[in-house]
Amino acid sequence: MSLLNLHLKVWRQHRGQPGHFQDIEAREIPDHASFLEMMDIVNERLITSGQDPVAFDHDCREGICGMCSMQINGVPHGPERATTTCQLHMRHFREGDTIWIEPFRAKAFPVVKDLMVDRGAFDRIQQAGGFITVRTGSAPDANAIPIGKEVADAAMDAAACIGCGACVAACKNASAMLFVSAKAGQLNSLPQGQPEKDRRTLAMVRQMDKEGFGHCTNHYECEAACPKEISVRWITKLNRDYAAAGLREAFVGRQEAAEGGD
Amino acid sequence: MALDSKIPSGPMATKWTRHKQDSKLINPKNKRKYTVLVVGSGLAGSSAAATLAELGYQVKCFCFQDSARRAHSIAAQGGINAAKNYQNDGDSVHRLFYDTVKGGDFRAREANVHRLAEVSVNIIDQCVAQGVPFAREYGGILANRSFGGAQVSRTFYARGQTGQQLLLGAYSALNKEIQRGSVQMHSRTELLDVVVVDGHAKGIITRNLVTGKIEAHAGDAVLLCTGGYGNVFYLSTNAMGCNVTATWRAHRKGAHFANPCYTQIHPTCIPVSGDYQSKLTLMSESLRNDGRVWVPKRAEDIGKPAHQIREEDRDYFLERKYPSFGNLAPRDISSRAAKEACDEGRGVGPGGRGVYLDFAEAITQFGRKTIAERYGNLFDMYQRITGESAYEQPMRIYPAVHYTMGGLWVDYNLMSNLPGLHVLGEANFSDHGANRLGASALMQGLADGYFVIPTTIAPYLVTQQPGAVTTSHPEFAKAIEDCNGRIRRFLGNKGKRTVDSFHRELGLLVWDKCGMARDADGLQEALRRIPELREEFHSQVLVPGSGEAANQELEKAGRVADFMEFAELLCRDALAREESCGGHFRTEHQYPDGEAKRDDENFCHVAAWEYTGDLAKPQLHREALHFEEVHLAVRSYK
Ligand SMILES: Cc1cc2nc3c(=O)[nH]c(=O)nc-3n(C[C@H](O)[C@H](O)[C@H](O)COP(=O)(O)OP(=O)(O)OC[C@H]3O[C@@H](n4cnc5c(N)ncnc54)[C@H](O)[C@@H]3O)c2cc1C
Ligand code: FES
Repeated sequence: MSLLNLHLKVWRQHRGQPGHFQDIEAREIPDHASFLEMMDIVNERLITSGQDPVAFDHDCREGICGMCSMQINGVPHGPERATTTCQLHMRHFREGDTIWIEPFRAKAFPVVKDLMVDRGAFDRIQQAGGFITVRTGSAPDANAIPIGKEVADAAMDAAACIGCGACVAACKNASAMLFVSAKAGQLNSLPQGQPEKDRRTLAMVRQMDKEGFGHCTNHYECEAACPKEISVRWITKLNRDYAAAGLREAFVGRQEAAEGGD
Repeated sequence: MALDSKIPSGPMATKWTRHKQDSKLINPKNKRKYTVLVVGSGLAGSSAAATLAELGYQVKCFCFQDSARRAHSIAAQGGINAAKNYQNDGDSVHRLFYDTVKGGDFRAREANVHRLAEVSVNIIDQCVAQGVPFAREYGGILANRSFGGAQVSRTFYARGQTGQQLLLGAYSALNKEIQRGSVQMHSRTELLDVVVVDGHAKGIITRNLVTGKIEAHAGDAVLLCTGGYGNVFYLSTNAMGCNVTATWRAHRKGAHFANPCYTQIHPTCIPVSGDYQSKLTLMSESLRNDGRVWVPKRAEDIGKPAHQIREEDRDYFLERKYPSFGNLAPRDISSRAAKEACDEGRGVGPGGRGVYLDFAEAITQFGRKTIAERYGNLFDMYQRITGESAYEQPMRIYPAVHYTMGGLWVDYNLMSNLPGLHVLGEANFSDHGANRLGASALMQGLADGYFVIPTTIAPYLVTQQPGAVTTSHPEFAKAIEDCNGRIRRFLGNKGKRTVDSFHRELGLLVWDKCGMARDADGLQEALRRIPELREEFHSQVLVPGSGEAANQELEKAGRVADFMEFAELLCRDALAREESCGGHFRTEHQYPDGEAKRDDENFCHVAAWEYTGDLAKPQLHREALHFEEVHLAVRSYK
């Protein structure tokens, strides 16, 4: 194990106020430590020297809860492919490196403090339609509907999304399409999800637009930044599902109007 | 006060059905008038909040994370048990019941465990209907794997992220109800106290973790679904925010804490690598389906790379000691066996605190691709943390604190002795006795939330006038003032040490004296040291910032303060239980071959502790355990 001396440039901000970068020297950091453990060490030193520690979100530190959310040297979750900030280890940095540490940046993710942002928009998108309406106790036997392994595996690929928001932070338009497409795609591709497919797709996309996320212009930075390697083909599927749902809605709308509406 | 477990009468197999039939119902129109406060949004909390809201109750749900979906349940990897018998390998409700009672070393309540086994099958149905993408076979039906302590294959899984998928299912059910307006969700909100009015739990005090605002919430019943207390050891596999605050505060308000000394040490975690370490990472038990655990037979082979140690010089100690369960021996037993091997000087890796988990044979047999399909994400995680590839060399693993079987005492209706206060999931003491089997915590959390509480809360609520207590009751103002006082004291302290430094010190002490093996001398020493450390903490802790905004140090200070008090009860319970059972191993009580020695004559009971106002003198209440179906026997996995 060796020790690293690093120069940090850390974003500091109070809620509703302008922010700035602070220079912090991180001395003698064990290269076996994780990135967040490096931040812990830095914070302990800030506290004992009478300064305000850096606020950042984290919980599981296993790459699964999606809570950690730092932009490291301009890249959400830092340089390692398919790795969340909490799983990034200091052995990937060199002695004397300068590291820029910022919050995930997007209009729809306002800063709470320093590196913490508010991702409530993601919850509201899910509340709009990211579910299958099934009352507890009303389910048929789990094996009643066989689902091909390929279909189940594909749904699982989409379901691996941890909702961290790296896709939004990586996109120059701050679009949430990768997230929304993975969430809708999981349910839309399963037989259980068919009855509400149109309703779900329209509701989630409309909520996404309402939250102030940008439009997807097919740059696919999101896929590169995703710690769970969610594929952009889910975006293609969502676009297809959305177009079809929109058409059916317009048609049914016209039909209902013709029938006297309701 | 005598503890009444309210176990229904009649034969074991029909207790739950009869209880459901006999339970009072509330008319749908009246349900709307009741408000239920659900603290926690993990598997237990989300499933309870969603289901109660479906039934018509008004629900408020709370979690400290920024989203309900990030509760600690999200991190569960391996799987969830259910007695579906889809494998036709002889599984049944009775067998799951039996395995769980035996796995818990005969320290669980039979009636609760039987109910758990019964509803396990409904959980899988429910989750599949929600769109949870469990692993499937080519024919389209659900796949299973094996977990420790069972000889059937009854574990359902979703790659290495079963917890995330189950929680996303429950979270989607919760979202559906939030959308309908029947659940009000409060994320980034931490419970600081429970409010008791005329002997009933009628509300909670919370702190908004963004604005710092202290708020009061009144309800007709309170559900604590706040998870386990494993972080009292500082290093554990739990998420960083897991805490004992909710259950401890309820304990201080009158709820009995049961069996705190039953803590689970998981055998397969990545070993500690330095004192900067903030948490330990679990390598799922499912790995033991294909991985073989070994250490060198001879001390002179220590330090050699694994591949240079010849087959005949390896000690596959689980296979040797427990031939019929082999690498799938239960957790407590496997952990102790690993510790023993290391204590004998045969441990591998830095500091000699590690054993090998070797996949070489499985890779030869099934091919690297199949192994990657089964465990790829775990191997990746291992590589990220250690910089080593488990395809090329064996993993190094060591036991770590993982789960807590103890928790608030509850009756068959999941209500604590404090009327109105219900406790679900890992936070209660209920179903796992002295040791939990793998893949059974997810099952219990969802059983409690989806299927048990929706029935068992009604008998309490019908006795209550809905909305009778509001936050204008003076008890709320008093509780708010207590919380504010605590916050002021922390912020006004002119200390020098960080919260983490105290937490680390407490954790080391508890791990050392009340970890995998315990004895009277060590426990007595811990009981001397903990109150001193607590005092040092309160006089020397340094908490920067203010209470009026996000302040993570302040959050941690409150949690560590509660751990400092709870740790004492944990050690006291461990000292009082003069036997070894499951995760509680007293070195004074063992058979000559090192197996745990129970004392059924004197300790076949639940130890429920009452807070008396003096942390050094809690009052012990005993609930005797009766075994009607499974006969008390020495647990053998040989
Ligand atoms: C790494 C790991 C892997 C595991 N794998 C498995 C497995 O494969 N199979 C299995 O069966 N079990 C497994 N377990 C155990 C299982 O995950 C947990 O026991 C279970 O998920 C606990 O669920 P819960 O709903 O009781 O609590 P949690 O999921 O811990 O949820 C607690 C909730 O309470 C909230 N909360 C806590 N304190 C407060 C407070 N003071 N104020 C407000 N809110 C609060 C939190 O925000 C959270 O929402 C694993 C555990 C770990 C650590
Ligand atoms: S802290 Fe949970 S994903 Fe990073």
